[in-house]
Amino acid sequence: MSRTEVPAAGRMQTLARNPAILALFMGLALAGCANKKNMPNSAGELGLNNATPGSTQDFTVNVGDRIFFDTDSTSIRADAAATLDKQAQWLQRYSNYAITIEGHADERGTREYNLALGARRATATKQYLASRGVPAGRMKTISYGKEKPVAVCDDISCWSQNRRAVTVLGGAGM
Amino acid sequence: MLRRTFLHSAAGLTGLAAAATPAWALVEINVNKGNVEPLPIAVTDFVSSGDLGTKITDVIAADLKRSGLFAPVSKQAFIEKISNPDQPPRFEDWKVINAQALVTGRVTQEGDGRLRAEFRLWDTFAGQQMTGQQFYTQPENWRRVAHIIADAIYERITGEKGYFDTRVVYVAESGPKNARKRQLAIMDQDGANARALTNSNDIVLTPRFSPSRQEITYMSFEGQQPRVYLLQLETGQREVVGNFPGMTFAPRFSPDGQRVIMSLQQDGNANIYTMDLRSRTTTRLTSTAAIDTGPSYSPDGSQIVFESDRGGRQQLYVMGADGSGQNRISFGDGSYSTPVWSPRGDLIAFTKQSGGKFSIGVMKPDGSGERILTTGFHNEGPTWAPNGRVLMFFRQPAGSGGPQLYSIDLTGYNEQQVQTAGYASDPAWSPLLE
Repeated sequence: MSRTEVPAAGRMQTLARNPAILALFMGLALAGCANKKNMPNSAGELGLNNATPGSTQDFTVNVGDRIFFDTDSTSIRADAAATLDKQAQWLQRYSNYAITIEGHADERGTREYNLALGARRATATKQYLASRGVPAGRMKTISYGKEKPVAVCDDISCWSQNRRAVTVLGGAGM
Repeated sequence: MLRRTFLHSAAGLTGLAAAATPAWALVEINVNKGNVEPLPIAVTDFVSSGDLGTKITDVIAADLKRSGLFAPVSKQAFIEKISNPDQPPRFEDWKVINAQALVTGRVTQEGDGRLRAEFRLWDTFAGQQMTGQQFYTQPENWRRVAHIIADAIYERITGEKGYFDTRVVYVAESGPKNARKRQLAIMDQDGANARALTNSNDIVLTPRFSPSRQEITYMSFEGQQPRVYLLQLETGQREVVGNFPGMTFAPRFSPDGQRVIMSLQQDGNANIYTMDLRSRTTTRLTSTAAIDTGPSYSPDGSQIVFESDRGGRQQLYVMGADGSGQNRISFGDGSYSTPVWSPRGDLIAFTKQSGGKFSIGVMKPDGSGERILTTGFHNEGPTWAPNGRVLMFFRQPAGSGGPQLYSIDLTGYNEQQVQTAGYASDPAWSPLLE
């Protein structure tokens, strides 16, 4: 049960700057968790300190589930490497989780190429985590190209948030 | 379903057919000229007992007008009312309103329920019939008959095949950008008869027609497994193309319809494969540590154009259909992607990214003669009309809006939005049915 409600809460942290998105996620959370006792009543209750160690929320909030890339690049930046190092430690500690790494591109490319670019980013992320001791067999990848932006706007700061690889506990992929 | 016969010249009644004027003396449009002055043409209401005659002529006139090559004359200006299309018109009445070409016709219901539509195209200044044809079809096909007549008029006057009796598959998009829903949809080239082909549960991308127009190949994220599919339009039956160990994407049919060519993603690299649809055998055509994608066959099937970043940035390459002789053809400033070979074989259309802008352009298959047709914040994914004279593509505005479809002449003139109910992207133009 908690594995379905907590990711929504975790994402809400990162999206809280956008009221529309927050409202959307609140709506989803309410719809999806209507019968659950521990459902948060407000954004204020989704605090950083509530995460149960080893939970999805713990991973998303306290470790960081995503890294970002430079334009048209698949190189793991220094800040991304720091996040992935923490991810690798956490994943080795909580070894029950299989993971899917989602690769994404910003909108400033063509559709087919961006599918491949997202796949490259997911692969680069997977290889980095493998080099830090996460067994490759626990990791799958999937690319969404430019089809699933998280940030919507038309400037560079926004596009940079969409060039990302997200480590999802469980999840789909090939 | 649809039967066509040619009508003998009604002008024979006046003896003019014996004049044997060579065809090139008649009214004509040179489509290669670029910004041509549209030809004034009078499309009269087809004689009919109900309003179907008017509906058919309105579709014909709209097709001709949208092509940018014709300027239909306002019906208000007409002097002669055509009541018997078997009789030659009073050419003086049409010359005086400067209608250089005139279309007359009739639509009747046969005893067996079929529709009979006939038309004649006249050169008013030469006082001659240029062509005349009649069609039998089911009443529900009336729009198709109108498009076929518009194609016949276009072909007779321009010397080029028409493209009005065609359809477009595309991705219909709805909802906010960060929660966008996508469905495959199909419509007539003028936007009529639009309908969804898939539900919106899964991301679907890049639909492409088979040469027979009976099948679509596309990519779907169904089951969180991004793969290439085939869809039978008649039955709605779907199947996965091949059993590849990774994401497959960017599919297209070979010109003979026997193969699907696509990219297979393995780790960080994408390479190009074909699958024979009968034997189910797959063939690998490229083998690089790069992103090779967007493959498109030449119309004779002997060559393939594709995009690759093997040289650093995305550029266009041409290879033999067996993967031999891979040569880069694009050398301009910027990067090039989504190449599509013209059905005429003479040009390759592409998306070009340069200076923060996205353009649609064309170049010859050897890479020479690059020409940009339209440029802006984001233009992407050209597809050719079957006559190789018009391109359709999608345009994404900056910010939170969604993409729309546009068409543009090969000359770079006559850019027009293609009306769709919501956002639309990834258009693919069908072949023309003979």
